[in-house]
Amino acid sequence: MSTFGYRLRFGLQLALTLATCAFLIAPVIMSIMAGVTGNYFTGIARSGMTLQWLEQVWHLYSQTVYLSLQIALACLAVTLVLGVPAAYVLARSRSRLTRLVEELLVLPIAVPGLATGLALILTYGDVRAFRTSWLFILVGHVLYTLPFMLRSVLAVMSSIDLRTLEEGAASLGASFRQRFFGVIVPNVRSGILAGALMVVTLSIGEFNITWMLYTPLTKTLPVGLAETYASMRLEVGSAYTIVFFIMIIPLLVAMQMMSRERRRIVRVVEDGNGNPASR
Amino acid sequence: MAIRLRDSAVSIRLEACGKTFADGTRALEPLTLDITAGETVVFLGPSGCGKTTTLRLIAGLEKPDAGGRVRFGDDDVTALPIEKRNVGMVFQSYALFPNMSVAQNVAYGLRVRRVASVERAAQVTEMLDLMHLQEFANRSVDQLSGGQRQRVALARALIVKPRVLLLDEPLTALDAKLRETLRVEIDRLLRELEITTIYVTHDQAEAMSLGDRIVVMEKGRVAQVGTPQEIYYRPASRFVAEFIGTMNRLRGVVRGGLMEIVGGHLPCDAADGETAELGFRPEDARIADASDGALAGRVAAAFFLGDRTRVIVEGVAEELIVVESSQRRQFVKGETVHIAVRPDTLLRLN
Repeated sequence: MSTFGYRLRFGLQLALTLATCAFLIAPVIMSIMAGVTGNYFTGIARSGMTLQWLEQVWHLYSQTVYLSLQIALACLAVTLVLGVPAAYVLARSRSRLTRLVEELLVLPIAVPGLATGLALILTYGDVRAFRTSWLFILVGHVLYTLPFMLRSVLAVMSSIDLRTLEEGAASLGASFRQRFFGVIVPNVRSGILAGALMVVTLSIGEFNITWMLYTPLTKTLPVGLAETYASMRLEVGSAYTIVFFIMIIPLLVAMQMMSRERRRIVRVVEDGNGNPASR
Repeated sequence: MAIRLRDSAVSIRLEACGKTFADGTRALEPLTLDITAGETVVFLGPSGCGKTTTLRLIAGLEKPDAGGRVRFGDDDVTALPIEKRNVGMVFQSYALFPNMSVAQNVAYGLRVRRVASVERAAQVTEMLDLMHLQEFANRSVDQLSGGQRQRVALARALIVKPRVLLLDEPLTALDAKLRETLRVEIDRLLRELEITTIYVTHDQAEAMSLGDRIVVMEKGRVAQVGTPQEIYYRPASRFVAEFIGTMNRLRGVVRGGLMEIVGGHLPCDAADGETAELGFRPEDARIADASDGALAGRVAAAFFLGDRTRVIVEGVAEELIVVESSQRRQFVKGETVHIAVRPDTLLRLN
């Protein structure tokens, strides 16, 4: 192809890509702008910029931010304790039963969050202390996020020769505890970290299950968001969105960086032990 | 050298150790075997013959079927898992820990034994010296070549002064030249350390050069146990004869102490009228003149190897015959040759 034809094609592709990005990013920018505009209907030019909406949001809803963080961290702790050992069992035993379990674990992702929430209420709604506690929401979040932790760890475990690695450690006298924490966990660290970021991100943003489970005293950030959108000034809702972005964007960036890191580690491990090396 | 393993080396006794897997596969028929302290025993056989299963039974990675016992010296270790047996193991895939440096890998066995860090560092340095790995101490494992990785694996296994050293196809993943070098190195190491060693391989050259004794295995059974010389010169069965080295096979009917085949006859003490099978190794025969060559055939192919020529001969028996000749001459395809076999090297295969 001629240089001109090549340039033209490149130019068109670039234009299309930028146009698509603009289309997707514009609402985000509009939303952020609305959150710092004095009066959205008279426009930013006339009403000027202000932080008063952010202050108001923080005053009304800082509890939801703290609760969301609390639930996200608790959810992370539970998914780590349940997910990493479960992934280990699934990776080590390749029977039909474990395959079935692995498939079943996807169910909470496939089933609508509202249905999961309703099922929890039907089953445990009568246990009053539990129903009104933040732990009730935590259970919903764990149900939803556990598969992500498990699959992320399992993916790394399946990419390395876990059994031989463990036999190597055992032959040197390491007990199961020493093998698990000294050899297995460090070598699947990338999967655990990626899973952890995923769990925290999903938990902070989770709405469907939480909307069924929350009480006026256990409102999370996304529930608060929905409430402001429905019943408050547009500027307040938008300011609240900014708060949400501030929490979630660093996590998303970290997740991207992790996945790059993980690809590198998996490559090293595969090249390092799995394949016959005859350099 | 300070590292001596003779004192920690033990004898091993396997008593009726069989292994049937959960799916019903019989990997190993009940096997009884005594291994002397300090001895190197090589388990040799094709894949699926049960050699690795035997190694894993000794290691404690598998439990024998009911009735089987594994003893290290006077200790019955049958019920002990691998981490309580104090063995050193080297894997075909190295099984080095990617999250640790070379020195940390070597130190691992001492760390889990809670050896004080000063003492640990001293022993690691000594072991790295012994294995010529000093300069790689702080490298990560993925920066090493295959040969270096296997040396790290050996160092890591030896540092805990194991009672038994177990090597599972340690050289299989390496290229031919490296395999040769490392084989010599391992041989020197084992002689120096005087440690009881179990070595599993499918490579007969490795088995011959490293083993004090070789256990040839076939389909979960021991086909023969003996020194390399016994195995090579007096194979107990046709399988052993063919698995180790090259064996020419000739089949014919015996009449008056001679077995008659297409290309001539060979002495054989079978009864008259019986069909016998004899074998001989290529190096035990030579290309001879028509006057003293007992067997005649035609050259099917010839491969010049430098110091000798490997001649493939057809028309002597049903199967092709391989003979080695050090004569400085060309062998032409189709040319008639005569083969003289040393009568004392003939083996009865049936």
